[in-house]
Amino acid sequence: MSDMNTAMVEKYRSSFLKEVEANVEEGDWVKMCMQCGVCSGSCPMENNWEHPPQELFMMIRANKREEVLSSSSMWMCTSCYNCIARCPRGLPITHIMHGLAHYGKRLGLAPKEQPTVKFSQLFWDNLTKTGRVNELKLGLSLYFMNGFGEGIKTALKMKDVGLGMMKTGRLNPFEIFGGHSCKGASDIKKMLAKAKEIEESNTAEFKG
Amino acid sequence: MAKYEYSFYPGCSSQSKASSVNYQKSTQTICEELDIQLNDIPDWNCCGASIGYGGGGELPRISLSARNIAQSQQAHGQQDIVATCAACWLATREAKERIEDSEKVRTGVNAALGEIGIEIATEMPKTRHMVEVLIEDVGYNEIAEKVKRPLEGLKIAGYVGCQTNRPFGIDGESYENPKYLDKMIETVGADAVVNYDKKVSCCGGALMFSEPQKSQALVKDIIESAYDGGADMIVTPCPVCQMNVEVYQGQINKDHGTNFNIPVVYYSTLMSVAFGRNAKDAALDGQMIRAKQLEDIANK
Repeated sequence: MSDMNTAMVEKYRSSFLKEVEANVEEGDWVKMCMQCGVCSGSCPMENNWEHPPQELFMMIRANKREEVLSSSSMWMCTSCYNCIARCPRGLPITHIMHGLAHYGKRLGLAPKEQPTVKFSQLFWDNLTKTGRVNELKLGLSLYFMNGFGEGIKTALKMKDVGLGMMKTGRLNPFEIFGGHSCKGASDIKKMLAKAKEIEESNTAEFKG
Repeated sequence: MAKYEYSFYPGCSSQSKASSVNYQKSTQTICEELDIQLNDIPDWNCCGASIGYGGGGELPRISLSARNIAQSQQAHGQQDIVATCAACWLATREAKERIEDSEKVRTGVNAALGEIGIEIATEMPKTRHMVEVLIEDVGYNEIAEKVKRPLEGLKIAGYVGCQTNRPFGIDGESYENPKYLDKMIETVGADAVVNYDKKVSCCGGALMFSEPQKSQALVKDIIESAYDGGADMIVTPCPVCQMNVEVYQGQINKDHGTNFNIPVVYYSTLMSVAFGRNAKDAALDGQMIRAKQLEDIANK
């Protein structure tokens, strides 16, 4: 993806705001931010991120491209929509956060070791395989995403949760052999490939 | 024919032996009691949930919901789509909005669906949360009429959480202090904790899996606030809220030196018991932290 990154830097030289407007989901709303900070004051992750949402919006306008797209801040979005509900200007902030995160990842700029960056991809791969989420495989892939040793440690730590879920009939050990799936799983893959192709060609075609 | 009929989108976590199969079971029970018929969307797929954005961009994600909408139309015409899961409801509703509002999205989605020979015919049906159906179509009065065993003496904290409350919310309710869950609690004869100040706070959602410490700190406050209000248990309309607030209590106790042991149930569990159904129909066997008081009433 670094080729695409270089191409985008060339194309939008010194106007990161334009790049965001054209390529980030709901990114055309960024310019509407008036820096009131209500989003940041409403975010449950306020003690955890490097940059509050309104700061990210200002950084976009200030051309801090690399810093924004490689930030871990938007990956901490829990999708609680409090910022959207409270924004006096009606910015779809949650969606912009998701959009910035995804765009940063597409360009290969998202922080590689950030756990939610990894988990969100595991989740997507899990659901697109059969059309439905396989909770057991998702859980295991999460435990082992940092290697085998770490995986065993996490699995041991989470033992009570796993056993409790199994005992109450809310986790099926046999999901490891396949589990729930859509009959149209291959159709879903085809549909998603087409959707991705269109989205990528939209990005490439934009004349900013 | 049933009194109420809908096209039903169960979602991944409601499948057999999945994490909120107890929600599905108790929902079936209340639907039997209230004469609601749910017609499954044939071969429905995952909606992408809230965390899907990392791997899937806008169009792939919306296409997932669009396929469900098209399948629903094909099998059940213009019947409203009903979801029990907050994320399923939100994603499907949002997809409809984006497809309607943006020509770019509409064209893209149509092309993606066209690739597999299906299409969205005419206007898309509405997508509604089960809670909306209970409040708007059935109504509190009809629910109250079905109560055979009022849950007297139980004090319950109504934890609404995020996605059933925002960004769409339940019509006529405030984002900051929605009252519908408290009303449901009162309707089945229990007492709602007033001034439950974490009522609409976030449980961390999917971050519980990827960054558990951050999420568990949020859940700790949600539980503490319920105890402060004198709650015997917590009730919620969301599968992720239910799971996050119930099953990690042991971990939170270890990390924070707390001593939490509070049951977290669904509104449908409360109703099933109040309607006179047994513990199994109310899916009380699906509780990791057993709801003993409800079990006692159900076994009476």
